[in-house]
Amino acid sequence: MTAPAAGTGPSRAVADDGDVAGLGKARAMAFLAPALLLISLFLVFPALWTLYLGLTNYRLSGSAAKNPQFVGIDNYINALSDDRFFNSLGLTLIFVFGSAVIGQSALGFAIAWTMTRVRKSVRAVVEFFVLLAWIIPSSVTTFLWYALLDRSDGTLNAMLSTGNTAWLLDYPLQSIIVFNTWVGTAFSMLLFSSALASVPPSQLESARMVGAGAWAQFRDVVFPHIRGHVLTNTLLITLWTFNTFTPYLLTAGGPDDRSNILPIFIYRLALNDGALGQGSAISLIMIIINLVIATVYLRLLKERKS
Amino acid sequence: MTAVTGSKRTAQGESRQMLGHFLGLMGKSVFTALVLAFFVIPVLWLVFAPFDAHPGLNVKLPEFTFNNFKILFENPTAIASLGNSLILALGSMVVVLVLGSLASYSLSRVKIPGRDLLLYTLLLLSSIITGTAAMVPTFLLMVKLGLIDSQFGVILVLSGGILPTVIFILKDFMDSTPKSYEESARLYGAKPLRILWDVVIPLARPGLATIAVWAVVQVWGNFLVPYILLRSPSKSPASVVMYTFYTEGGQPNLALISAFSLLFSIPVVAMYFVVNRRYGFRFHGGIKS
Amino acid sequence: MTRTRFFAAAAGLLAGTVALSACGSSAAPSQATDQNADAKEVTLTITANAVSGGKNAAGADWITNYVIPKFEEAEKAKGVTAKVNFQPNGVDDQAYKTKISLDLSTGQGADVTSIDGIWLGEFADAGYISPLEDIVGKDKVQAWDGWKQIKPAVQQLTTYEGKQYGVPDGTDGRVIYFNKALFAQAGLPADWQPKSWDDILDAARKLKKLPDVTPLQINAGKAMGEAATMQGFLPLLQGTGQPINKDGKWQGNSQGVQDVLNFYSKVYGSEQLGDPLLQQDAKGRDKSFQEFSQNKLGILIESDYLWRSVINPVKGVSPMANRDSAVGWAKIPAQSSGKGPNGADFVSMSGGSGEVINPKTKYPQQAWELLQFMSSADAIKARIGSTPQISARDDVNGEILKADPLLNFISTEVLPVTAYRPGLADYTQVSAALQDASGMVASGKSAADAGNAYQKALEGIVGGNDKTFK
Repeated sequence: MTAPAAGTGPSRAVADDGDVAGLGKARAMAFLAPALLLISLFLVFPALWTLYLGLTNYRLSGSAAKNPQFVGIDNYINALSDDRFFNSLGLTLIFVFGSAVIGQSALGFAIAWTMTRVRKSVRAVVEFFVLLAWIIPSSVTTFLWYALLDRSDGTLNAMLSTGNTAWLLDYPLQSIIVFNTWVGTAFSMLLFSSALASVPPSQLESARMVGAGAWAQFRDVVFPHIRGHVLTNTLLITLWTFNTFTPYLLTAGGPDDRSNILPIFIYRLALNDGALGQGSAISLIMIIINLVIATVYLRLLKERKS
Repeated sequence: MTAVTGSKRTAQGESRQMLGHFLGLMGKSVFTALVLAFFVIPVLWLVFAPFDAHPGLNVKLPEFTFNNFKILFENPTAIASLGNSLILALGSMVVVLVLGSLASYSLSRVKIPGRDLLLYTLLLLSSIITGTAAMVPTFLLMVKLGLIDSQFGVILVLSGGILPTVIFILKDFMDSTPKSYEESARLYGAKPLRILWDVVIPLARPGLATIAVWAVVQVWGNFLVPYILLRSPSKSPASVVMYTFYTEGGQPNLALISAFSLLFSIPVVAMYFVVNRRYGFRFHGGIKS
Repeated sequence: MTRTRFFAAAAGLLAGTVALSACGSSAAPSQATDQNADAKEVTLTITANAVSGGKNAAGADWITNYVIPKFEEAEKAKGVTAKVNFQPNGVDDQAYKTKISLDLSTGQGADVTSIDGIWLGEFADAGYISPLEDIVGKDKVQAWDGWKQIKPAVQQLTTYEGKQYGVPDGTDGRVIYFNKALFAQAGLPADWQPKSWDDILDAARKLKKLPDVTPLQINAGKAMGEAATMQGFLPLLQGTGQPINKDGKWQGNSQGVQDVLNFYSKVYGSEQLGDPLLQQDAKGRDKSFQEFSQNKLGILIESDYLWRSVINPVKGVSPMANRDSAVGWAKIPAQSSGKGPNGADFVSMSGGSGEVINPKTKYPQQAWELLQFMSSADAIKARIGSTPQISARDDVNGEILKADPLLNFISTEVLPVTAYRPGLADYTQVSAALQDASGMVASGKSAADAGNAYQKALEGIVGGNDKTFK
C-alpha cells in the first residue's frame, strides 16, 4: 500500500482502480461541488480581487482610496528594488527552515513518536502543554516570551545565570525561531500522532518478528505510511510560517531589521500606512516563493521514493 | 515497547536488548523531560499573572488575588464572548468537516483532471486571504450579500478560508485508508454516500479529529474577520474581546489579559481531550491492505 | 474542473470584482441637508474606539448611560422618538481605523463616528467624510454656541483645508515627568524646571550617579512607533524653532534636525544617560512605564496619558500608589531660552480626537443635534467628571481640571505653547522616517549619517526635494 502525497500528480494506488466505491466522475463532482462553491465565493473571489489590487495604488484611505489608479507592475518593481526586501527574504528563509522544517516538523514528529511509547498520563500532560502553547492567543504568548527572555528580569537569565543577556536584541532571529517552534509544534504533533495511529500495528509486529530495529522499523514500515503526511505537513507549515506576523510583537522586526521577516516587512512597508495595493503585490511575490519551495519539496520526496 | 520477542534469542542478544531497552528508556525520559521544560517554562508567567494584583512583564510570585477574574465575570461581554467563540468555532468546524470530507473523498478516489494543480492553487490563495488587504474585498462582498453583523457570514468566510487546507490534509488520510472494505461494501450494494459515512469516515477518524481541532484553533484565535464583519457587541467572540484589555494608549492591562487568556484557552484544550477520548487518535483493528 | 474552465471561471469572477470595486469606492454626493429633518421616528448610531470594561471604558459607559438616555429624553420632549445605538470597539487603533474606513466607504458607517484627529485628512481625501456645512448646512453649523469655547488651535484637530469636518472632543499635551525621590537623592530640586536641553542633560548626569537608575527616557526608534515621534523627535524639533511642516513643505536634514539627532546621540551615546537597548525593544514603552512606576527611571517625556491611565494609583496599568507626591512635572524647554517658534521658551506637542458625521446619514439634522448634545458642557462634564481629562472646551476645563494639578498645569501652561501635527496624508510615512533616524542614532550611528538617511527617505516619500526645506 502506498500513501501518495497530495499534490504529487498521478499516484499509483489511486490512478486507475482507486475508485473502489464506484463513485464515478459525475458523483465525484457532486461531492466536490459544495466545497468548491464555498471556496469560490469566499476565498477565490476575494483573493483574486486582492491580487488585482496589487496592480493598483489602492490605499485604505486618502485620495488613492477614492480613485485607485492602475499602476501595472510598479508595486512589484518597488518591492523588488528595495534592498531590505532581499534582506527580509533571506531572514525569512532561515526563519522558515529553522522554525518550521527543523523546529516544528522534527520536534512534532519526535514528540508524537515518543508519546506512543510512554504512559497515558505522561502523554496527556505533554500534549496538554504543547497544545496550550498553540492555543494561547498570540498577543499573550508574546508576553510569556518577553518575561522569559527579557534582559533585566527574564526567567531564562535567572535560570542560566547569564546575567543581563539581552536575548531578544543580541539573538533576535534565533529568538523568534525558537519562539515560533514553541507556538506551532502542536500541529505537527497532532498530524503525526494521527498518521502514526493509522500505521497498522500488524505490520510493525511483522517487522519486529523478523528482528528489525527501531530505525529499520521506522524506515521500512512507518515512513512509507506517513510519507504523504510528512509532505503535507512540511508544505503547510512552511506556508503558514511564511505568513506569520506574531514575531513582530516580540522583536518589532529589530534591532536594525535583524528579525524583519517578510510579513513584518509588508506590514511596515504597506499596511502600516494603508497602502494595500503594495501589500497585495508582495503577497503575490510570497506566493510565488512558496510555489518554488513546494516544488523543491515535491522533488525531494519523489526522489526518496525511488 | 522495545521488542522482547526476538525470533532468535541468545544470551548476548538478550543483554544487548536489555541495554537497548535501558538506553531507550533513558532517552525517552530525558526527551520527555526536555520537551516538558521547553513547553512549560514560558507558561510560568500565565500561571502567576492572572492571580497577581499587579502583574508585570516578568515572572514573579503574585500579590495573590481573584479580583481579576471577578472583574472579568462582571464584564458585560467577556464571558458571553466565549459562547460566541464556540458558535463560530463549532459552526465552522461542522461546515469544513462535512464539505471537506465529501470533497477529499471524491478527490482521493476519482482522478479529476487538474486536481493537484487546483488543490495547490487554492492552498496558496488561502494564504492571501488572511491578510488585511483581503479584508477590503471580503467586506464589500459581505455588504452585497447582506451578511454584515451575521455570525453565519463569519462562519462562511472563515470556512472558505480554511477549507483548502482541510481538503489537503483529509485527502492524505482518505488516500491511506484501506480500500478493501469499500470494495466489500460495494459488493453488498451500498451507495457511495453510505460507504463514505459507514466505512471511510470511521477509518479516517484520526484525521478528522486532527482537522476538527485544527479548525477550531484557527477560528478561535481569529481576530480580524469577526472584528470587521460583526457589529453587535453581543456577537463578539473572545478573540475580539481579548484585544479590548488595553488602555487608549495601547498599554496592556496585564492582569485582565492574563486572566482572560486562561479562560480563553480552557474550552479548546477541553475540547481536544474530549475529541481525543471519544473519536480519538487510535487505530481500529489490524487491517492489512 | 478542467484547467481552462477554471481560468474561465476565474476571469469571470475578476470581471465581477472590478465592477464591484468600482461601485464600492464611488463617493456618492451627500444628500440634502434637510433630509428627514421633520422625521418623528429617528434611528442614529454612534461608534467610538471604546468598550465597556475595556479600552476607553469611561467613554463607552458615558455614551451608554448618559448620552443615549438623555438625548432620547430630550428628543421625546420635542415629540420625536429617537433610538440611538452604540457600536463599541475598544481595539487597536489601526484595526479600528480599518473598520471605520470600510464602513464609511460603503455607507454602512455609524451616523456619528469618533476619529483620531490625525486621520482627518486621509478620510476627507478618500471622500469618507465631508465638511459639516455640506452635511447639515452652514447656518446650522455656525449657530452652535460651543465653538467659542473651543480654542482655534484645538479646532484644528477637526479642520482640513480650512473647513470643519467635526467637533473635537479632547486634546492632550506633553511634559517632562520626573521622579522626586530620585531627584532628591541626586541633589536636584523638587520644583525642577529645565530652561534648555543642556539643563535636561545636566540633571540626567546627576541621576546617572545613582545605582540601578536609568536617568532619562526620550523615545527613539521605530519599535516605539508614533510615541518616538510625538514624545521624542517633534517636541525637540519644535524647540529648534521650525515646525516639521511649513507652508506645505517638510523639514529635511536641516540644522534643527541635526541638533535633535545630536541631542539623541548625547543621551544614548557614550555618556549612556538613557538606555539605548530599551529603544530597540518591542515592548520598550511598556517597560519604560513599568520602570518609571518602580522608581528606576528618573526623567520621562510623556503626555498626560501617563498620569491618567498608566501610573494612576486606582486605574493605571502600572499604578503608583504615591503618584501625587512622588511625581513631578515640568514644561519641555526649547533648545535654549527663546529658541522655540516665535521666540518661545517652552514647547509641546498635542494630539486629540473628535467626532464626525457620516455624509451618508439618513438624518443629517438629528445627527448634528446629537453631536452638539455630546459636545455640550453638561455632557462633557458628565464624561470627564469622574476621571478628569483635558476636554476641547475651555469652560469645562476651567471647572473640572482644577481638581487635578497636572491636567490643570497642561491646560493652562502647556496648551498655549503647544503645536499639532500636520494632518496631511504623507505624515504617517514622514513620522516613520523620523523614528528611523532617531533609532539609528540611539543604536550608535552618527547624527550626520542618520540625517542623510532621513533626507533620502523624505525625498522618496514626498517625491523630490522641492517639497522639502532646510
